[in-house]
Amino acid sequence: MSPSTAELESIARRLRLHSIRMIAAANSGHPGGSLSAAELVTALYFGGVLRHDPKRPDWPDRDRFILSKGHGVPVLYAALAERGYFPVGELMSLRQVDSRMQGHPVQGVTPGIEASTGSLGQGLSIGIGHALAARLDGKDFRTYVLMGDGECQEGQVWEAVMTAGNYELNTLTAIVDSNRFQLDGAVEDINSLEPLGGKFASFKWHVIEVDGHDVAAVLAALHQAKGHAAGPTCIIAHTVKGKGVTFMENNNEFHGKAPNAEQLQVALSQLGGA
Amino acid sequence: MTAPSFPMGKATREAYGDALAELGRANRDVVAIDADLAKSTFSWTFGKEFPERFFNIGIQEANMVGIASGLASSGKIPFISSFAAFVLCKGFDQLRMGAAYPRLNVKVAGSHGGISIGEDGVSQQSVEDVALACALPGFIVCIPSDEHTMRAAVHAAAAHQGPVYLRLGRPKAPVVHAPDVRFAFGRAIQLRDGKDLTIVANGLLVAQAMLAAAALAAKGVEARVLDMHTVKPVDADALARAAKETRALVVAEEHMHAGGLGAAVAQALAAGTPAPVESVDLGDRYAESGKPDDLMKKYGMLAANIVAAAERVLKRK
Repeated sequence: MSPSTAELESIARRLRLHSIRMIAAANSGHPGGSLSAAELVTALYFGGVLRHDPKRPDWPDRDRFILSKGHGVPVLYAALAERGYFPVGELMSLRQVDSRMQGHPVQGVTPGIEASTGSLGQGLSIGIGHALAARLDGKDFRTYVLMGDGECQEGQVWEAVMTAGNYELNTLTAIVDSNRFQLDGAVEDINSLEPLGGKFASFKWHVIEVDGHDVAAVLAALHQAKGHAAGPTCIIAHTVKGKGVTFMENNNEFHGKAPNAEQLQVALSQLGGA
Repeated sequence: MTAPSFPMGKATREAYGDALAELGRANRDVVAIDADLAKSTFSWTFGKEFPERFFNIGIQEANMVGIASGLASSGKIPFISSFAAFVLCKGFDQLRMGAAYPRLNVKVAGSHGGISIGEDGVSQQSVEDVALACALPGFIVCIPSDEHTMRAAVHAAAAHQGPVYLRLGRPKAPVVHAPDVRFAFGRAIQLRDGKDLTIVANGLLVAQAMLAAAALAAKGVEARVLDMHTVKPVDADALARAAKETRALVVAEEHMHAGGLGAAVAQALAAGTPAPVESVDLGDRYAESGKPDDLMKKYGMLAANIVAAAERVLKRK
């Protein structure tokens, strides 16, 4: 039975707690983009969306999840640990030498990580490769790619969007964590993507826009994507960067900065973990 | 010994397409992608026979590499083809992140390598692809010299678990090897023995090296000739023997000076048996438009240049 919305919200909060603790312990990392993606990752890994088996990360029939916005990896490590891909205790070794918790995702090093990312713009192309392999082999596994909105400034994203649309890859779902910020400031100020949904639609994608922190709405969108047979689906998830920690919300100072000891206590307390 | 006369064979790009189609018949997991140059790279030879396993995605080299990364991650053996200048330069970050770092089974064919593509000029002439490919950890980097070694290299690439870069040439290539040539990555092929010096070459320069060796023989100088088709891993054993037995080397390649075969040979020798080396290559520059033969002459990559380099290196023994 699928967990209730309340249970999923609780899991999302736990993933945020892990993310903040990991980044604080490393004194390095990107809190903002982990916090904005917590419900998206929760819906995928805990909402009954992904077909996967933590004991068999290489299961050929598993659904693929590719974190193209690689700097958001703390929230993904948190989800993978909670699902049993590796011990939760390993999370606290984030960004330390000899750790499997690399600063950005590394395929082949960390169980459950499907692609080496961190150089933005590449995940959707890799997702196309998986989707084409599924089609060639007559398999029904699905491929999900989570991107940032700022990441969509990369030209390669649009090469992939064009190709996936023309190939009618209906097992491919792109999710854009649209938290409206990139490293240097607001996406709108630096190089606007609007109308983002219209861009995907013009490349023959089915587009769904949701509140990315409404986990029930995110789940509904993911299920709708599964049912869309005509081509790929893009879910534009409107999110708040730093969501869940008041002083990080929409505060781009925390794009790539760890909280200090005092800030950590406030953050943990707000997330119900202190 | 008279000058060798090699029959003109297929371009190595054409041999690549033929071999790819052979692979396709033998292995259902072999897939091919091209970025709108399928008629030029000859990946179309595979594509017309296996349309369901062939993806011409248009002019998108970066996307092509990423797609290959996903295909390889899901168990396929993707061969991606484009001009060497485009797939290496435009796809380099994707090759780094999506093939080299995770050591995926991605096979990269860079066609129209070197300046012998001719009239199209510098934008299409790949003179740095070997250096770039060698900078990708775990990649095998191979520049076959004729249709027979190219065919063998394609089959070896498919049999090898890991990333491979093959450079293909545009012009027809003299046939310097027998159809049943023994071929393995990292194993140089000795085409001629000699005691005075060793000429190490790959690609089209192998035939030039053989012409040069004949010209040197007429002057009483006996040159060993090695087809060093694999730049990475370079055949350090063959080089050590060459350094020990002939004590002077000339390296000839259709590439810029930095980062190519010459660099690999020098590193291997310096780590083992040092010997003087002279280079025949493009140097540190780009070429221009022109007929292939005119370009090879103007930019100094013909047998005569190898002979001159041999005479220089002999004075350094």
